[in-house]
Amino acid sequence: MSEIQAFFHMGGYAWYVWPSFLITLVVLVANVWLSRIQFRSALLDAKRRVVAQAKKNNP
Amino acid sequence: MFKWIHRFGSAPFVYRFAGALAPWIGFVCLAILLSGLYLGLIVAPEDYEQGESYRIIYVHVPAAILSMFVYVVMAVASAVFLIWRLKLADIVAQASAPIGASFTFLALATGSLWGKPMWGTWWIWDGRLTSELLLLFLYFGYMALRAAIEHPQSAAKAAAVLALVGVVNIPVIHYSVEWWSTLHQPATITKMGERNIHPSMGIPLGLMIVGFQLLYAYVLLIRMRTGILKRESRASWVAQLPEVNNTMANSKLSGTNRV
Repeated sequence: MSEIQAFFHMGGYAWYVWPSFLITLVVLVANVWLSRIQFRSALLDAKRRVVAQAKKNNP
Repeated sequence: MFKWIHRFGSAPFVYRFAGALAPWIGFVCLAILLSGLYLGLIVAPEDYEQGESYRIIYVHVPAAILSMFVYVVMAVASAVFLIWRLKLADIVAQASAPIGASFTFLALATGSLWGKPMWGTWWIWDGRLTSELLLLFLYFGYMALRAAIEHPQSAAKAAAVLALVGVVNIPVIHYSVEWWSTLHQPATITKMGERNIHPSMGIPLGLMIVGFQLLYAYVLLIRMRTGILKRESRASWVAQLPEVNNTMANSKLSGTNRV
């Protein structure tokens, strides 16, 4: 077995090791991604409010 | 002293400071996680008892440590909020809950994937696993309580009390493997005095733990900024922020096309 094959084989535990790392990747990326999306949407709300206010003051 | 607290506790300062700090933490976090993965998956040798399956430790232990660490942060922030009525502390607690819940879920899922080949079962109702599951429900309960109570001030208070009551679960999780006989192995690295993990495995594990901590810090800063923006949406400093008050970008939003 080549070195790379052995790496992915994980001594026969591939079906336990790789899903663990995959699920970790998903959870970590989702944490970062969701927090950034929510921040952008809050920023957009603030912008909309400023625009609405400017329209009100200066129709 | 009070001036100092006022300055560091003021929403505009924290908003800007968190925004300046977050990218640096994110960059260092990524570098540390990648080096931890490289050392843990490629360089570290296999375990003489558990073979290659032990490598799950590099994600399971950091997730489990953070699941408890985030809860302690949440409980301390809740106490600060209840005692000194510091709004920022409530923002920290609120921002921490979903992150802590995700780490708890991760600890349970990776633990299950490790338990199957080593113990022969995905799940047992022992002290460690049950108290960790209870931790997940505490996080869910905290978030549900906040969402269920209409008045924000009462929601914050009720959730803070829940977070404080639930903190008794943390020592239970920690000592569960010593109090009750179980399939779960005892702590790998916290035994003081004796070194019971070889540096070839201990260093990648340490890097992964620090990497997870930094990821928590990064996401917490972003979520705090979101919380501050939402709560201070009517404040004049928000309207004056360059990222908010940008006429070029805002002309698109208002639908007018001034050339």
